[in-house]
Amino acid sequence: MQTASMRSAYGESLVEIGQKNKNVVVLDCDLSKATKTSLFAEKFPDRFFNMGIAEQNMMSFAAGLASCGKIPFATTLAVFASMRPCEQIRTSICIGNMNVKIGAPYGGLCTGENGPTHQCIADINTMRGLPNMTILAPSDATSCKACVLWAAQHKGPVYIRVLRDNEPVIYSKASEVDVLSGNRLKDGNDIVIFSNGFTSHMAVVAADLLEKEGISVTVHDIISVKPIPEKAVISMAKKCGAVMTVEEHNIYGGLGSAIAEVVSQKCPVPMKILGVSDYFSDSGSHQSLLQRAGLTVENIVKQTKSLLNKKE
Amino acid sequence: MIDKTKELERWAQLLRYDVVRMISNAGSGHPGGCLSAADIITCLYFKEMNIRPEEPDWPDRDRFILSKGHACPVLYAALARRGVFPVKKLKTLRKAGSFLQGHPEIHTSGIDMTSGCLGQGLSVGAGMAVAAKIDRKFYRTYVMLGCGEMNEGQVWESVMCASHFKLDNLLAIVDYNRLQFDGSVDEVLSPGSMVKRWKGFNWNVIEIDGHNINEILPAFEKARNTKEVPTVIIANTIKGKGVSFMENDYLWHSLMDRDKLAEKCKQMKKDMENADSFYAKRLW
Amino acid sequence: MYKLGDSIPTRNAYGDTLVELGRKNDQIVVFEADIGKSTRSAIFGKEFPERYFNIGVAEQNEMAIAAGAASCGKIVFVSTYAVFASMRACEQVRTFVAYPHVNVKICVSHGGITPANDGVTHQATEDLGIMRTIPGMTVIMPADAVSTRELVIAATQWDGPIYLRLTRDGVPVIYNEETSFKIGKGILLREGKDITIIAIGDMVSKALDARDILSKQGILAEVIDMHTIKPLDESIILDSVRKTGGVVTVEDHQVECGLGSAVSEFLGENYPIPIQRIGLRNTFAESGEYELLLKKYKMSVDDIISGCFKVVGRKKKKR
Repeated sequence: MQTASMRSAYGESLVEIGQKNKNVVVLDCDLSKATKTSLFAEKFPDRFFNMGIAEQNMMSFAAGLASCGKIPFATTLAVFASMRPCEQIRTSICIGNMNVKIGAPYGGLCTGENGPTHQCIADINTMRGLPNMTILAPSDATSCKACVLWAAQHKGPVYIRVLRDNEPVIYSKASEVDVLSGNRLKDGNDIVIFSNGFTSHMAVVAADLLEKEGISVTVHDIISVKPIPEKAVISMAKKCGAVMTVEEHNIYGGLGSAIAEVVSQKCPVPMKILGVSDYFSDSGSHQSLLQRAGLTVENIVKQTKSLLNKKE
Repeated sequence: MIDKTKELERWAQLLRYDVVRMISNAGSGHPGGCLSAADIITCLYFKEMNIRPEEPDWPDRDRFILSKGHACPVLYAALARRGVFPVKKLKTLRKAGSFLQGHPEIHTSGIDMTSGCLGQGLSVGAGMAVAAKIDRKFYRTYVMLGCGEMNEGQVWESVMCASHFKLDNLLAIVDYNRLQFDGSVDEVLSPGSMVKRWKGFNWNVIEIDGHNINEILPAFEKARNTKEVPTVIIANTIKGKGVSFMENDYLWHSLMDRDKLAEKCKQMKKDMENADSFYAKRLW
Repeated sequence: MYKLGDSIPTRNAYGDTLVELGRKNDQIVVFEADIGKSTRSAIFGKEFPERYFNIGVAEQNEMAIAAGAASCGKIVFVSTYAVFASMRACEQVRTFVAYPHVNVKICVSHGGITPANDGVTHQATEDLGIMRTIPGMTVIMPADAVSTRELVIAATQWDGPIYLRLTRDGVPVIYNEETSFKIGKGILLREGKDITIIAIGDMVSKALDARDILSKQGILAEVIDMHTIKPLDESIILDSVRKTGGVVTVEDHQVECGLGSAVSEFLGENYPIPIQRIGLRNTFAESGEYELLLKKYKMSVDDIISGCFKVVGRKKKKR
């Protein structure tokens, strides 16, 4: 299985758009080596600003840059890119629909050993209530690149959640990735799984296993949590009659919640929301934390079967 | 005094060994800032602070907040060496199920407050100091800040607040090693004059060599005897102090080379065993 | 103390209750971020200056200070506006209040669009959702002055952090003083059989108004005051929807992440039925008179009524 690092893809894509568009500027809060914005800094030192450990200042600063026509990519760890400067993002960026892109590596549980203070299972939700915000949660290095390219073109705030480790590669070319509608990774009729981030790969593996047992599963990689691709979600929910969501996020407020809102309004069908069940995790390897949360291929298989029993 | 100094130096050396061993064992962590803080932490936990290792939640204990929470291995080591929990637990650092989290958390014995998200510890400390004043209790609150951390605006909110409320039962200690994650403090976000800034907010400022026990202890005493204003100790330190290849290298803020650290760990153990019988039964 | 039908800002009830509590319990300490006159915490400050601290315009500091004091055994109330408690100090609430699970009661004025004229920057319309996703938080918005008093008192007995949201402007008193309130237990205000309206905070009285009009048009709506959005009272919802088969949620908040979202998550997994969410639809509001804003942003009594008709229609289609 081929793997590639999403945060490296983030850094490399910044360089790529930086070459094409001189308005692209990159900000970082003293973590450029970790977030890989250092790649951009080496290439374009004049368009890179190390803001120091001052995330709130960075977000408001970025809004100022955007108001003068720049396209800032404000980057720091997910928890410090969403919660610490939450009100600055709302007030300086979202209310004015400023053209600021927030790059948020280390989303979810992937900071593992650093413990819950640095893990972030509430970022998607924290951003999701904010009007004008677009939230992207790519599932591999290729789709991460697609998100950066898309964000640079889009006018308005975008939050891109990036992971840390080497993730399995799902897409071969960035141009294949449909950022807004998401992408059908597998087609089936009995149940639809909506996933994003690290869990999309797991969902595909689980679907393959289920297929061998005669259960036919659709897997749809939802990159854009906000706006949620409502039409695609509804049509698949109608076709399959049961919906499961899988994400590296609190079960409250994230992808599962966004899907539940849409499905309950348009076509209520049985659902299961898989994610971190509303607790602060602890220090440990990424794998062990996923295991504790039930974010494993085995559990997806198990939960799919029990959800099928609830189908009318 | 000389004997006490010698003893504290030995404990500090032991904490340094623990830190190197723990991080090497965990495979990740932040050694540089642990080593710069080791002497001060030793003086706090083995001399200055009024705590009861057998009763870590004793309501009248002095409080300590490691606002630069990433340096928690050195704090864990101090707590273990004081007997708050067994030394053998140190090898569980950052492992699933361990109470020794990657950043400090309040549920761990001996840890007074969660920290690690930078810029917030002094605010928390001010709250503890206020609580002591309300209750007319005599416990003191100690907060150690990193110099990179002082980029955070919230630090200055809390600095103003503590002097405004005349929190003379609060002591801030700046581990001024002049390096942060991405480089030197001057490269990343110049702090200007550290001393003048604190003075400007009406703090009692004491500047010391943060590796010299004969400067650290008297500074603590001066702070205790200062009334009406909070005190800050600006401790000039060396990031990575005690491990030659780490000293003053910002890249060793976090673990750079696991093998090199493991190697160093073995070397330290050998050297310490040969140097002093004090260490022999305490090394792991 | 409060008369049925009187229009009272719930922040007033909060200030009065703080003083009442302060007289009984000397462990209660209040922190304020420079707006005590507005949040009404100043009333407490006047009577108990030694237990009242104005931290200045520094909410993040305020939150962390509160956590520190709570960790030393105090029952700490934090007063400020909802925007600043939930968003300016968002990460401090998560890391220093919720994660250590300390006894900090964050009681905030200016919830939703109730600070109508103050404008968007002071209208917290994302806060309930943000607080709800932080593990260990309890999230409350009382519907009137009576329930505010009861729930603030209950908060002092509750173990752990609470986010309690208040209104700037007046809302009608709908409860008499005999009603008993428990954190995490919704109140069945009116019984019905055709649809369940689940409302929170200032929208509860709007839901009652909608119910009166609906009953004249042949629809009997059950009305639940879901004053605690987390932990969600699942049994009251299940009991109700088993009868009615459809839900309209009503909140002075974005329709994403808040009450509507919590109900959708729960029913999606446990009892899938049609749901319509009434609230701000992914937009910032603006300065203006409260009733006019409700109308403009489709959160008025009329909108609740048409939401009910929509769901009742969908229920029929399903059959």
